[in-house]
Formats: sequence, structure tokens, C-alpha cells
Amino acid sequence: MDLFEHQAKELFAEYGIPVPRGVVAHTAEEARAAAEQLTGKVVVKAQVKTGGRGKAGGVKVADDAEDAYQKATQILGMDIKGHTVHKVLIEEASQIAEEYYFSFLLDRANRTFLAICSASGGMDIEEVAHTAPEKVAKVPVSSLEGVDRATARRIAEAGGLPPQSLDGAAELIEKLWAVFVDEDASLVEVNPMILSADGQVKALDGKVTLDENANFRQTEHVAYVDKAAEDPLEAKAKEKHLNYVKLDGSVGIIGNGAGLVMSTLDVVAYAGEAYAGQPKPANFLDIGGGASAEVMANGLEIILSDPSVRSVFVNVFGGITACDAVANGIVSAFQLLEGRGESVTRPLVVRLDGNNAALGRQILADAGLPGVELVDTMDDAAQRAAELAAVGA
Amino acid sequence: MAIWLTADSKIIVQGMTGGEGTKHTRRMLASGAKVVGGVNARKAGTVHEGLPVFGTVAEAISSTGADVSVVFVPPAFTKDAVKEAIDAEIPLCVVITEGVPVHDTTEFWAYAVAKGNKTRIIGPNCPGIASPGASNAGIIPADITTPGRIGLVSKSGTLTYQLMYELRDIGFSTAVGIGGDPVIGTTHIDALQAFQDDPGTDAIVMIGEIGGDAEERAAAYIEQHVTKPVVAYVAGFTAPEGKTMGHAGAIVSGSAGTAQAKKEALEKVGVRVGKTPSETARLMREVMQSR
Repeated sequence: MDLFEHQAKELFAEYGIPVPRGVVAHTAEEARAAAEQLTGKVVVKAQVKTGGRGKAGGVKVADDAEDAYQKATQILGMDIKGHTVHKVLIEEASQIAEEYYFSFLLDRANRTFLAICSASGGMDIEEVAHTAPEKVAKVPVSSLEGVDRATARRIAEAGGLPPQSLDGAAELIEKLWAVFVDEDASLVEVNPMILSADGQVKALDGKVTLDENANFRQTEHVAYVDKAAEDPLEAKAKEKHLNYVKLDGSVGIIGNGAGLVMSTLDVVAYAGEAYAGQPKPANFLDIGGGASAEVMANGLEIILSDPSVRSVFVNVFGGITACDAVANGIVSAFQLLEGRGESVTRPLVVRLDGNNAALGRQILADAGLPGVELVDTMDDAAQRAAELAAVGA
Repeated sequence: MAIWLTADSKIIVQGMTGGEGTKHTRRMLASGAKVVGGVNARKAGTVHEGLPVFGTVAEAISSTGADVSVVFVPPAFTKDAVKEAIDAEIPLCVVITEGVPVHDTTEFWAYAVAKGNKTRIIGPNCPGIASPGASNAGIIPADITTPGRIGLVSKSGTLTYQLMYELRDIGFSTAVGIGGDPVIGTTHIDALQAFQDDPGTDAIVMIGEIGGDAEERAAAYIEQHVTKPVVAYVAGFTAPEGKTMGHAGAIVSGSAGTAQAKKEALEKVGVRVGKTPSETARLMREVMQSR
């Protein structure tokens, strides 16, 4: 889960990391009030969970409160790489002497953590990493050893930071490591980390990605969930503990196992290319290993409440859960849905393979559920589901 | 023949007395795997599913001669369970548990390295390893395939089962589910190397998915070191950028890690990549029939 800049900075502040004073504003009026409170020159910064915001015009300097109002008016509602700006951070303007780059992140390939540090920070760090990689230090960090002040100083030196910044940077880096570990983050990034005109090293921006697998011990992290940005169907699915991702097509997908469902999306998209309107998957839904009737009913309910769904493809491989149990789950799901006053109004293509597949197919055939078709292979079933979702079908 | 898990393997289950542990201990026993005991500090000295429960992995090893541990403990306790297995120097530790924080996995991996890599870790968040007809450590259904000479390594559980089932008439030496988390103990490369060295394996199926660059690195390894035919499948061609699809590792960000990039890297080194699971099975069938 990614945090907004202002959330990242609030977190940094809790760990004693110097950040500029700032106030979040949801309207231009709030922006003006915030600028009045901060006094002097301020920076109006779009709060979106994506990079490249500066280049997109989402960060503007304002001379006074009235100007902050104007700038906030321009930025609020702006679209930055598909993210609508719903709030801005009004921050005191910093006197920047130098801009650096710093991050801690997970190095998947080497199965360790990595500190990345460079004296050439700012918006063009990716360009620097590409054209002058020697200016960007990548220092592996063992989770057994961690980062103390001395290690932090060595990392800052490796990044080429000048002597007058080393003390401040080392302190900031040591505290960022504490954020990284204590908050179960997979990324903490500060770009730019600045040396201010008065000689202080500060975090001028903040990007934090938290590991949701750690929520069992990071109980306060649920507060960071961005309800406004959540798709309503995804939110509903989450409440029912379903692993659901909304996509923009018209073929509803239910399967067991993340890899199989991902593969199902591909196969449906390929099959759809041959039909009018080129139907695509409407969602990702993994019902996991034990496909009980209730899970199947909840899944079907979520998918059928998506008005863009024109057909549904149930793709199950019977491994640990045998296909007869899955078939019984589908039959019960229809009954459960009827009991909830809902009926299955769109065609369902079901492919069962693996353990007890024949028995499962027999159960579904005997049940004679309206709109349910059995297809033997994944490829043929995907094709049929796409055909049923085609424009004019 | 098989890799890492044979008919002689003696398996203990960490977390055997829990719900999942109990269910899969029964399944492993039913498949003929030699499960010899369980570990639960609070239930040491008791008997569960007809098997002795030990207080520690070290005690279980000294009493039973176990050389494989399968971990079913909840995410909050996984790190300590794996470190205990590493301390006891068990040769193979298969971590089934899903939802382990990445800081914990990174820590127990660093711990394993610091202790000299005496324990091979598979997982976490994986279905385990099965050598059909010989043994089964984890949750891979034993009865969907037969013994044979194809080796399989996969990030995904159900896609593993799908391929094992489609090629059941030809059969498998060993199937390894390495898991879909960002940090895992055994990689595609480790399995490719072992299959290349295994006289009981003639050809290899490799299943990958979006995220990271494990498949690209595997391609580079294949070019240098693997002479046996490899057929691959990559899931997630149509997955949208920035969305997590169930596996913590399966997220596309930017150009790196896309299915297309992985496919191209594999094809460049002569690996045939199936467009769908069934086409992948068909390609492997051709490979085995042409031998």
C-alpha cells in the first residue's frame, strides 16, 4: 500500500525526521487558510500516488495566501497519470542549497535490502541513474545488521554528498531506516532530500510503500486505506475477504489460484479479439483453494453486481478441492443468491478440470441451472464466454 | 529419480496440530509420503494423527532422522519457525504459509545465508514440492499426475496442477512450486540447475508470472547452463499496470517485469513459450515425443 506524501511526512515527523511545516487542503479555500497560517511563500503540492507530478504541473510555488488559492484551484481536480487530485499539501517554501536522492527498498533479485543515495537528486534522478550510474550509489543492507549512524554516514559518502551535509544526512538516513523496519515498509524514498540554505538536511518529499502482509502487527496502518480512491466493488469484495480486482471489460472471471486466474484473463483477452467489440475480462477474482458454496455465492454476487458484465467464466482446477465439491458450491450459490432475492441473469460458462471433473460436470448437468454451460477445456470455455459477451450477442 | 525430495525423504511438519497442518499431514500420509512427526512446543510429547509431536525441530530430527520440514505455522510465527529449522540444519524446509511479511522473509533468508546455506528453503507462499510416486512435501495434490521424466518449476500453484494434470500420461520427476512472493528461498534458477543435473529428468517446464525479473535471469542462466529442452509459460500478459493480482510479487510497474519482456527474454535463448497453459502442455508433449 502506497502512502500520500503528506502521510509519509507525518510518519517521518513521528520518527524525528526534519520535514517542512505543512497543512493538507481539500479545497482552494482551505488552501488559502493554510497559506495564511504558514505565512510567507508556500508550495502547493498535488497529493497523488504516482510519480512525475512535478513535470505534470502538480507542484506550484505561491507568493501569498491569495496566490495559494489560485494555484490550488488549478491543481485540484487535475488528472495526473489517471489519478485525480482530491487534495493538496500546502507547505512552507524551503530555501534549497542542494538536492539529493535517498531511498531504502527491497532488492528482490538479491533477496536483501538496498540503500540508494545520490548527490544528484531532484526530478531527474531516473535520467541520472541511466546516463551517469556512477553518480548513484547502491549499497546492500543486511536485515541482520541494519543501519546505524556510522553505516548511514558511509552510505551518504558513497552517494557523493559533500562534507557539510554528511552529519545531517547520516542522522536522517538512520531515522529513515527505523521507519523502514518498524513500519514494515518495502520502500521509503526521499527525493529530494535537501540541504537548506541554513545548513539543515531535510526530507522535502516522501514516498512510502507499506507491506500489507504485516497488517497483523501494524494495526494502525488500516487508517491509511484510501477509501475515496477504492473501487466500490473492490471495497465490497474486500469486506467478504475476496481477492478481487476490477478491470474494464465485460467477461466476469472467477477462478481458483492467482496464477490460474491471471492466465484466465490472458486466455479470455486473446479469445475476445475474434468477436465484435473485442470483449475483455471484467475483473480478477481468485476464490482460493477451498471453493465453498458461500465463497462461490459471494464471488458471483460481486461479479453480477458489475453492470458491465455480460457473461461469466468460472474456471476451476480441482486439486485440493475436488470438482464435485466445486460443482455443489455453484449449485448452492445459485440457491443462496435466490434466497438473497437475486437471480443469475447473465450466462455462466463453467470449466471444471482435475480431480473428479466428470462427477462435477454431472452434478451441474443434473442441476439444470438456467444459463449455465459446461465446456471441457479452458481455451474453448474462454472462447464461449467471449462470444457470449460480444456486442450484439 | 527426482530432485530434493525422494522416496527416502523423512518429513516433519511444523504446525502439524493446526487446521491446515492436520489436513495436509493426512493428505501427505495418504499419498505415501513418509511423514514421521510434527513440531509444536506447547504440545511436545503428545501424539497427533498417529505421529509424535516434538518440542523443537532439533529434537524431531534426532528422534526420527527427518531431513525435510514443511511449515504451516501462521505468518506471525513463520520467521521463528524457519530460523529454528535453519538452526537445526535440516536439509530442506518447505514454507507453505501465505502472507508472511517481506521483512521477515528477507531476515530468515539473510539468516540462512549467514549460517552457510545448509538448509534449502522453498517458499514462502508456495504449494511445496512433489516427486510423483516417491514423496510429497506440501499441498500439491498427489493424484493428478504420474511419475515420469518432466521437471516442473513454477511461481503459481494451480497452474502447476494444471500442467501436471495435462501431462499426466507422460509424468513428472519432480514439480517444485517456488511461490509468488517478492522474496523466495528457492528460485527458478536453483530448480533449473537441479533438473539439468538430475539424470531422471529429460525436459523442463517453467511457469512464471509478471513482476520482478526472475524469468529474465532464468533465461540468462538457461543460455549458459541448461542443455535439456525447456518449455515455458508466463501468466499476466493482460494484467494492468500497478495492480496486485493475488501474488504479492505479481505486480507490473513500468516496463520491467511485464509478461511480454519475460517471453521475449526466454524465446531469445531458445525456450519455447506457450501462449496458454494448454499450448504449453502441447509444446512439452512435442518435446517428449520427439525424444
